Amino acid sequence: MLLTLTTTRRPATDLGYLLVKHPDRVHSFDVPTGTAYVLYPEATEERCTAALLLDVDPQRLRGRQDAFELGQFVNDRPYAASSLLASALAKVFRSALRGASKDRPELVGTPLPLQIRVPVLRGSAELAAQLFEPLGWSVTATPIPLEPALGGESRYVDLELSGEVTLAAALNHLYVLLPVLDDAKHYWVAPDEIEKLLRSGAGWLAEHPKKVLIARRYLAHKRSLAATALQQLEGEEAEEPPAEEDAELPVVRRQSLAEQRREAVLAALTEVGATRVLDLGCGGGALLTALLEERRYTEIVGTDVSARALEIAARKLRLDRLPERQRDRLKLWQSALTYRDDRLRGYDAAVLMEVIEHVDPPRLPALESSVFGHAHPGTVVVTTPNAEYNVNYEGLTGMRHSDHRFEWTRAEFADWAARVGSTYGYAVSLRPVGEDSSLGSPTQLALFTTEVSAT
Amino acid sequence: MIEIPELALVALVGISGSGKSTFARTHFRPTQVLSSDFFRGLIADDENDQSASAEAFDALHYVAGKRLAAGRLTVVDATNLQKHGRAELVRVAREHDVLPVAIVLDVPEALAWERTEARSDRDFGRPVITRMHRDLRRSVGALAREGFRKVHVLRGPEAIAATEIRYERLFNDKRDVTGPFDIIGDVHGCRAELETLLERLGYTLVRDSESRPVDAVHPSRTAIFVGDLVDRGPDSPGVLRLVMGMVASGNALCVPGNHEQKLARKLNGRNVQLTHGLPETLEQLAAEEPAFVESVKTFIEGLVSHYVLDGGDLVVAHAGLKEAYHGRASGRVRSFALYGETTGETDEYGLPVRYPWARDYRGSAAVVYGHVPTPKPEWINNTICLDTGCVFGGSLTALRWPTRELVSVPAAREYYAPVRPLSPPVRPDSELDIKDVTGRRHLDYGYGRVTVAAENSAAALEVMSRFALDPATLAWLPPTMAPCSTSTLDGYLEHPATAFDDMRSAGVAKVVCEEKHMGSRAVVRVSRSGARDAIWTRTGRPFFGPELDEPLLARVRAACSGLFDELATDWLLIDAELLPWSAKAAGLIRDRYAGVGAAGRAALPAALGVVDQVAARGLDVAGLRDRLALRSAEIDGYSAAYRSYVRPTEGLDGVTLAPFAVLAGDGISYADRDHGWHLALADRLVATDPELFTPTRRMIVDLGDPASEAAATSWWLELTATGGEGMVVKPWAGLSATDSRGRLVQPGVKCRGREYLRIIYGPEYTRPEQLDRLRRRNLGRKRNMALREHGMGLAALDRLAEGAPLWRIHEVVFAILATESEPVDPRL
Repeated sequence: MLLTLTTTRRPATDLGYLLVKHPDRVHSFDVPTGTAYVLYPEATEERCTAALLLDVDPQRLRGRQDAFELGQFVNDRPYAASSLLASALAKVFRSALRGASKDRPELVGTPLPLQIRVPVLRGSAELAAQLFEPLGWSVTATPIPLEPALGGESRYVDLELSGEVTLAAALNHLYVLLPVLDDAKHYWVAPDEIEKLLRSGAGWLAEHPKKVLIARRYLAHKRSLAATALQQLEGEEAEEPPAEEDAELPVVRRQSLAEQRREAVLAALTEVGATRVLDLGCGGGALLTALLEERRYTEIVGTDVSARALEIAARKLRLDRLPERQRDRLKLWQSALTYRDDRLRGYDAAVLMEVIEHVDPPRLPALESSVFGHAHPGTVVVTTPNAEYNVNYEGLTGMRHSDHRFEWTRAEFADWAARVGSTYGYAVSLRPVGEDSSLGSPTQLALFTTEVSAT
Repeated sequence: MIEIPELALVALVGISGSGKSTFARTHFRPTQVLSSDFFRGLIADDENDQSASAEAFDALHYVAGKRLAAGRLTVVDATNLQKHGRAELVRVAREHDVLPVAIVLDVPEALAWERTEARSDRDFGRPVITRMHRDLRRSVGALAREGFRKVHVLRGPEAIAATEIRYERLFNDKRDVTGPFDIIGDVHGCRAELETLLERLGYTLVRDSESRPVDAVHPSRTAIFVGDLVDRGPDSPGVLRLVMGMVASGNALCVPGNHEQKLARKLNGRNVQLTHGLPETLEQLAAEEPAFVESVKTFIEGLVSHYVLDGGDLVVAHAGLKEAYHGRASGRVRSFALYGETTGETDEYGLPVRYPWARDYRGSAAVVYGHVPTPKPEWINNTICLDTGCVFGGSLTALRWPTRELVSVPAAREYYAPVRPLSPPVRPDSELDIKDVTGRRHLDYGYGRVTVAAENSAAALEVMSRFALDPATLAWLPPTMAPCSTSTLDGYLEHPATAFDDMRSAGVAKVVCEEKHMGSRAVVRVSRSGARDAIWTRTGRPFFGPELDEPLLARVRAACSGLFDELATDWLLIDAELLPWSAKAAGLIRDRYAGVGAAGRAALPAALGVVDQVAARGLDVAGLRDRLALRSAEIDGYSAAYRSYVRPTEGLDGVTLAPFAVLAGDGISYADRDHGWHLALADRLVATDPELFTPTRRMIVDLGDPASEAAATSWWLELTATGGEGMVVKPWAGLSATDSRGRLVQPGVKCRGREYLRIIYGPEYTRPEQLDRLRRRNLGRKRNMALREHGMGLAALDRLAEGAPLWRIHEVVFAILATESEPVDPRL
């Protein structure tokens, strides 16, 4: 809620002319989220500092938010520099931001010795440096500590910039990069924001090494908007982030492993000649898409415990736009694998692809009983990570995904599969998925077949 | 006078103009009658549109099916002259295991034509009536063959007008017989053990001249035999003689077993396999008088396959009975009762694999049966098998009803070698069905009724199956708690005065004010053995993970060892708060609370610095400075508030538990104990292990005594001034406290301190204009939710105490979690 701007170019008080705010007065402006003040703590020939102080009215802020959001009453918005301050800056220093000055036109294009301080800004010191240094600033970002009772640092920095930059450039840098560092826009981001970004970024954003991040964050992570903005910058496509399940996996070949896994599952299903199949824990529907493409599957059921995942799957598969014949082949049901579900009985095959490791070990017997015992499909295909392989992932500590409850070695998986097979009357065959090595393959697959379907 | 069963599908049969609708109107309620004309109207806007008939009958059969499934008499008013139409009705009746009945209205063709002609809405000619009459002639003789179990033919308008209907009960309906009963498992010819058991149960045996028991008499009780009296054992005729005598004298009821069934077929000269102990019985019977053998045959043929008893609370059938078949009559009901349901497979001993119907049973009536020998009778979803394999050297068991006590007599020896070893049931009721919890659910939990919205169930399903503990462990979840009514006292949003008023107006005279610990709610289950011990959060998650939970539980277990003895229980369920808050919520405190504090404590002094410099330059910024200074003081107050709940912990070092209620033990809910009892136990734990347990400070307040209230108020002020969160005001009488009308009251209202509330409502909430706005908060929803969740929690404890099947406990626990998904202001 505070930023100060100091120049030492004599006469320093020219800063007042450039900002169109007289140093000997207290200027106040009503802005949508409170009152903005422009004040000069010092104004001499040698040194002049203008301060923009935004007195946020939490009451007004609240009116804009979801009534049941807890954060609306306890938040950092009154204290940290953010899009609130950037909006106030745009309103209060409008002409300076455009690089116009009636009184000192000759100074507009002149780089000034400037020091800028933003005492509280959310974001990391590292990112602050990455954002401002390419623009010619020398950056000091000091993390603000939490109280000693808690120890450690907060998510805030005290940011100081110094450099020789025109005032308009400095203001435009702040206008774009303060919200980018803060990364939480206080207003609805509409497509006209692209225009604002391009206008303020004119002359520097296209060359900025972090332009993708800047565009994305500035446009509040609305990917289509960010892509448009980047295309307009230089016709470049925004890169897609990796798929959800493997997003946390620091591995080179991640894309192909997911595909290999899918192919291995499909191959197993083909091998047993299944036509009516269950994809248990289908998530966003990656496997469902592949199943739907093959005509031999006459009935495909995707289940997941998350109603939200099923919505995403339905959207991804464009369920409402599929022709009726196609649509009738596919069902999406919410179900939990730890409960028996009569709807799942009588299918040729069930797939548990990267699912069991998301179940707490004490709950596995319930899953075994409901899937292998109650639903009792002719075939069950299970895939799960091979923990032994994890050493191949550089930088991976712990497990491959933060929600994994366990990852098994080949021996552990084999033991489990053998026990489940003998309890519920299935023959088991184990096979690797992905590049095989002395540590096994990254993914391991177990194919369970009942005696009936095996013959 | 014609008789029809209380539950039946009645088909009226007659030509147009025979008076079916008038007859239906006279004898049945309008809602019992489904008329084909009416359904044609529903489908096609025209009762006479014959082109809509197929769709109309489809809808009619559907509605008939729904009525029969609900056990309601249904009358079909249509001509029913076509064989295929009647076949559909028989199918619908059989599908719901009710008897199809036909009432034929046979009037002269001329009369029918006269009536038809008089109606303006009928435009068909005389030939149609003639054809219908011919169809009727043809139909009457065929009805019984088609499957109508009763056919009443009423000839002529006078007979039809004079008809009266009497309803008859089904043979299996013995709801008016209330016992008490002794239900006896499979005897299989073990006469000596049966005699011993009956005597043990208090019956006096009556013997004939040859000293053979022919009856057994109890002054107040009735015996019920679950069948399989015969085969394999040493004296099947002796058992038959005794049981037949008891049934004849009204001292016993008996349902047939598959062995009786087979014996009767053999005695009727049918060709049956002489296996499974039948040869022994035939050999024994060969020594009996032919008249006795004849009476055995008559006795078995007269047996009814199952009984519904004691107001519908008890069902007895040899092999059990699923709920849809209770009180129904059909071939497959009889077959289920005699043989149970099989999967069609056979096991390694060549015996049929039985479908575990009891696992799916969700009915409210207890089902008692035999048929499958087990070493020890166990209740499974409100059903119990009493066959303890007496003839195989096990024991003969009786269940006393309604007390549910088991009485057993060991077999004198093994009379017959079992084909497969007796194996205990593998806890089939520990498995839950998705239908137990999902969808829109109406729940009567004993303290009230609740409807759980489907989307709330869906949300809870995810939490329950992905993150929560095993439902078998998770017997209870803590209900949410409402705050006290909003205070209008200057500077306060919550104050003891309104908390006391709330309780007073609920009719509570004495309360206990308990210090509200600011930590994380924790429910602890500990047992002597340590098996299935657990500690879980508000949403049923394990607390820290096994590496810390296990040692924590071990210490609680050790501290509880005295209580296990004293309360004569093997386990206890304890409600507590785990302290400090930072032990579990460190991340939340850091990100949400302390971060804001750090930002404010850095930003405000910086702003004040700027403003002071501006003031030093002679500009007037006094107003702004005051506002910033107030903000600065507020952020300091806010920081102090959360800081009080942060204490360093390392592993379990520094972690403590503040227990405040002992909820349940083996077979008992402690919801009716007063809080004095609960707190005394908590104090004992504190005394036993003062390092692990934190005491709960408290004040007892007599709500009729202003001085007592004043003392508690100053206690609260002092508590909250030194960093305490506040207090909870609870009815002294305990968790199940009710008002004068017997309704549950809130188990407590929380009254939070002025400083504490800064971390809830924001650092600056104490400003007068903000307080004014906040005072408009609406508590109704939260209170309602708190009360519902509390009632469901008590229901869970009750069900746990009475040993209810897991699904019954889980459905209410799940509903508590689902209720938590309702949108309610989270600051309350």
